[in-house]
Amino acid sequence: MKPAPTAATPAATSTAAPAPAGSPARDVAAAAPALALGDDALVLSHRLGEWAGHAPVLEEEVALANIALDLLGQARVLLSLVGDEDELAYLREERSFRNCQLVEQPNGDFAHTIARQLYFSTYQELLYGQLAVGDGPLAPLAAKAVKEVAYHRDHAEQWTLRLGDGTQESHERIQRGLDALWRFTGELFEPVTGLDLDLTALHDDWITRIASVLTRATLTVPQGASRGAWTAGAGRQGLHTESFGRMLAEMQHLHRSHPGATW
Amino acid sequence: MVTTTLEDRLRDVAGSVPDPELPVVTLAELGILRDVRMTGPGQVEVELTPTYTGCPAIEAMSADVERVLHEHGIPQVEVRTVLSPPWTTDAITAEGRRKLAEFGIAPPRPTGPAGGPVPVALAIRCPHCGSTDTTLLSRFSSTACKALRRCESCREPFDHFKEL
Repeated sequence: MKPAPTAATPAATSTAAPAPAGSPARDVAAAAPALALGDDALVLSHRLGEWAGHAPVLEEEVALANIALDLLGQARVLLSLVGDEDELAYLREERSFRNCQLVEQPNGDFAHTIARQLYFSTYQELLYGQLAVGDGPLAPLAAKAVKEVAYHRDHAEQWTLRLGDGTQESHERIQRGLDALWRFTGELFEPVTGLDLDLTALHDDWITRIASVLTRATLTVPQGASRGAWTAGAGRQGLHTESFGRMLAEMQHLHRSHPGATW
Repeated sequence: MVTTTLEDRLRDVAGSVPDPELPVVTLAELGILRDVRMTGPGQVEVELTPTYTGCPAIEAMSADVERVLHEHGIPQVEVRTVLSPPWTTDAITAEGRRKLAEFGIAPPRPTGPAGGPVPVALAIRCPHCGSTDTTLLSRFSSTACKALRRCESCREPFDHFKEL
């Protein structure tokens, strides 16, 4: 049971609020969408960083780390629109994160990671593309990041082609990854608070691109539901899947154990 | 008039700071230095733009710019990072490209209208032997801004500053 606040505790302090007390959002209109997209970038960056020391070949080790670095840079800009980037990254609880559930899914094997990269980078490129042409507060970041993400998407596409049209084993593995992650893709096309998006166009363009790559890779577009009854929009509301808590524990433990540590 | 001349001189000073990761080229040659403005006596505001959003070198660049301007008698220096308009490899000067090639890094080709990967397979020349028979080893190399290639003529691997 959570103890009731004592009279000495300032009533206004809420640990569940997206922006920690003392660091008010610098741009109120941008705060909600910047938190959602910033958390997407931060969480996927951490997942990709987990490949360091484990990638199948050295070039992929470097590639995944570079993609993670791009995403981390985007996360820093986006979270800084909301408040203090370190507080937001290291001191929030699981339920305060607004990332979609797709990006928090564990890496699995290399093919599984590539399937996640294909789904997400294709979405992110289209999303940033829409935001870049607008005049919203996220437009400058989107215009810059869309060019970086084009390389992430290209990387994922090339690997999807190679694995899908490769050996029996690689074909089976990437198809398995694509199938397993499909149910997390519906959430990408749920409205994001504060973002003015053409979700129909976003979804149609995404499906067209994914189908085109998968067909060329001799793979099948998964047929199952792209969302579960309880998963739709869940990550954006702070509801996450089981492995996310363990990921956060690893990501946050150093900062929490040694507050203010630098290197 | 005097202020303008001083501003120009300080722009040259800030622009001549070498890139911390590619010390053969300067910030001006990379097109990273956006603006140097006198905002008062002994007070200068500098605008830098990162190559990539996550480029870790931007902090070292800010510190270096601040230091050289201090050395040139400016006590108050404020370095700001701007994202818009986004940096593109087209901003690298001809001299910058020449120096990159000399250093063993194939310079970027002109970008497409949308930026990002160049779809047409324009030949990338080996900076060591000049052959155009080169192949891509990895889209990502020692830094986010470079791809790793190999020359099929002299067999040397080399970095290519990829188009953005």
